[in-house]
Amino acid sequence: MPHIELPEPDVGVLRRLPILIEGLKSRVGQDLLIVDEDGRRAYETDAFTSYRRVPMLVVLPRTTEEVSKILKYCHENDVKVIPRGAGTSLCGGSLPTEDAIVLCISKMNRVIEIDYANRLARLEAGITNLQITAQVAAEGFFYAPDPSSQLACTLAGNLAMNSGGAHCLKYGVTTHNILGVKMVLIDGTVVEIGGSALERNGYDLLSLVIGSEGQLGVITEATVKLVPSPEGARPMMIGFRSPEAAGSCVSAIIAAGIIPVAIEYMDHAAIEVCEAFAGAGYPLDVEALLIVEVEGSESEIGILLGRIAEIAARFDPKTVQISADADQSARIWAGRKAAFGAIGRISDYLCMDGTIPLAQLPHALTRISQICAEYGLKVANIFHAGDGNLHPLILYDANSPEEANNAEMAGEAILKLCVELGGCLTGEHGVGIEKRELMTTQFSATDLTVQMRIKTVFDPTWRLNPAKVFPLAFSDVMRAGNAASTPEAA
Amino acid sequence: MSELFRPAAEWELQSMIARLAREKRGIEVVGHGALRNTGRVASSDVVLTTSGLKGVTLYEPTELVMSARSGTPVYEIESVLAARGQMLAFEPVDLGPTTGAPGGALSIGGVFATNFSGSRRISVGSARDNLLGVRAVNGRGELFKSGGRVMKNVAGLDVARGLTGSWGTLAVMTEVTFKVAPLPQTMQTLAFVGLPDDLAIEALSVAMATPLEVSGAVHLPKNCAERLKVAKLKHVGQSLTLLRLETFSTSIDERKEKLKAALKVYGNPIELDPEETFSLWSEFRTLSVMPFSTDTSLWRISTLPTKAPEIVAAIQKFMDAVAFYDWSGALVWLEVPAAADAGAADVRRAVAVRGGHATLIRAEPEIRSTVDVFEPLKPEIERLTRGIKSAFDPNGLLNRGRMYADF
Repeated sequence: MPHIELPEPDVGVLRRLPILIEGLKSRVGQDLLIVDEDGRRAYETDAFTSYRRVPMLVVLPRTTEEVSKILKYCHENDVKVIPRGAGTSLCGGSLPTEDAIVLCISKMNRVIEIDYANRLARLEAGITNLQITAQVAAEGFFYAPDPSSQLACTLAGNLAMNSGGAHCLKYGVTTHNILGVKMVLIDGTVVEIGGSALERNGYDLLSLVIGSEGQLGVITEATVKLVPSPEGARPMMIGFRSPEAAGSCVSAIIAAGIIPVAIEYMDHAAIEVCEAFAGAGYPLDVEALLIVEVEGSESEIGILLGRIAEIAARFDPKTVQISADADQSARIWAGRKAAFGAIGRISDYLCMDGTIPLAQLPHALTRISQICAEYGLKVANIFHAGDGNLHPLILYDANSPEEANNAEMAGEAILKLCVELGGCLTGEHGVGIEKRELMTTQFSATDLTVQMRIKTVFDPTWRLNPAKVFPLAFSDVMRAGNAASTPEAA
Repeated sequence: MSELFRPAAEWELQSMIARLAREKRGIEVVGHGALRNTGRVASSDVVLTTSGLKGVTLYEPTELVMSARSGTPVYEIESVLAARGQMLAFEPVDLGPTTGAPGGALSIGGVFATNFSGSRRISVGSARDNLLGVRAVNGRGELFKSGGRVMKNVAGLDVARGLTGSWGTLAVMTEVTFKVAPLPQTMQTLAFVGLPDDLAIEALSVAMATPLEVSGAVHLPKNCAERLKVAKLKHVGQSLTLLRLETFSTSIDERKEKLKAALKVYGNPIELDPEETFSLWSEFRTLSVMPFSTDTSLWRISTLPTKAPEIVAAIQKFMDAVAFYDWSGALVWLEVPAAADAGAADVRRAVAVRGGHATLIRAEPEIRSTVDVFEPLKPEIERLTRGIKSAFDPNGLLNRGRMYADF
């Protein structure tokens, strides 16, 4: 796809590559470096696969101290650094450039401490999301943020993108579940932000760091909250004749004072594909499907699902099916969790990630269909209905440059629509390169300047993950390494 | 007396700050005055109050979201919410009564500026966690926004939450957007009697580890429990360890019995009905067990629950301190005799060796001018903090000295 611009590599840096390699070798040793092209090519893209750039070097540190040495060296030698976890970013958040070093913390995946009495765990940030829960499940706890990529994505990536998943409605996103981080600044300084206590001291720097997409530092450790596992959880499926009915039902559930642990929405196209993949028992004769899950004891679950069924009845549902057992519950969620993969079997797709106020749902779905039709493309809609986080999957043929371009244009139009409707550009995937130039639709020049000044405080020469998040034209002076000398920074 | 600015609209506030910024005049930022007796004593040329910026600007009960101008009193917001069966889940704490400022003067902007949350924070997160977006004017006189009105929003840096706990030193919030929650159908409290502090914290931790969604976990040692007003508890004459359950009417008894079973080794609790429960936990929102007095100073200590009793015991070796534990022990409110430094040296030493941080909430102005009110920052964090302050307010005009002596 042609129109997301990537900055030209700095030829001067590339010429210095042999010296840089020797310099890093002398500081952290040969075994942390990936120098050969085949090895580096494995890091040329993330889950936003449309764009690829082979980095000039990859480093795989094992300790915070090594991260510090690497960053200090890069800072002193004016080298850009792209932090990376598992590379599951859907917005190009960890896409390298040819003149950058990829610093991948996947080897830093140890559990440092689990403290059940105080309900927290301290972990190296390269651990996968699901591994955290695996470590504490036997004691009746879990780590709440659950992005769909949780099997593979790292805690570092969750922190970078402030990502969440289906259960955010009740448990919040990553930022709600983190007590503190150990982070390395670009000059190699190791800082501890927050800690083990619930409250932070001084300015809430943790809020600025979480979701900063690798712009402020490299997080190497984090202290996370452990949440008691519910006694039980069970989903129900409600099939509707129209998106409007489904949307109204969601509002009515919440208006009744019920906060389910998740409310997921799938449109007809998504239902068909997911059912074919997972055999979850999804109804195929409906236009919209809600998967509503509640937690509690068996009797509480029964009462709550019964009440939700009563509420749903007001919207003339075509099917109402309460999961009968654990096996059926697992299949229902397997279909939803595998949705992106299932659709990937039938087509290439662009997965969008806008958020809208819930009341705008029917209008948004209608417009999304229209927008995609205008570009001659099909779309499947899956989203977290409880919090309005849309995931339109725009289907296209990646071998057709025209379709690829159209898909990207349709995606932009959908994200602009989300902002127009009072929502935002991204609910969990982040901005990366994908939505970088769209930031001006959500933010004024002043809003962006305020954010960029914060970046400059942490990273004065803009060497950490530059050319992401902020529109290129807005950040060109800073990316040239002159941020500290601009009047804006004064 | 300082010159008073009382803007009635956001544009007016922005133009005022822009002019004051050009003139480089220091600005004390206040709402309705609930927090004026807390924090360091700020030096300023003018006072700017947000009390003229009032009113709910957006309320979508079915989306659990509300926006309000920053000077809107919290009681007005809670009244609007209650009419639709909803609430501010994090139970904002009104420091006015305990600091000698007016009670009921807390503004919603003040809530987010200080990030002081009540007992339910243990289960639903802090004010900061419930904030979705802000509009604000920084010390340069620039109006900016961050976040929005939707619950999931990761576009750009989370400046909105970054402003929480900054005590008006970075920007003046003009409008805040936040999550709201359904009012629970019913509530009950279990009060365990006579537990020493360490055993009480253990009991609270056991309760918080259950899946029963305990929404309040407080321990009052005997000398503090005697100050409670709720009739059923005020004459017990022993320490009280309190656990609150809030849920649907159909679930409350089942959860209560399970909680009692999980905690049976700690004794048979006194049970409080919904009305008593409401009254009891309302007392903690105004810290009525730590009433205003010039004879005492008040500290707020954030630490690990298991460390909290040790910290209190260590401080009590040096002074006659009265404590109560909220958030299952993660928050300690500590009253100490008034002294030249409000006991700062002993309090900070006790906290430093066990982890956490302490904030001086109530003390005479002379003490709050000379003692570190907020926990001193580590050098590398201070460097970042000064950088952030400078990015928002390069001339150091907003609430200068309110948090730290020289910025």
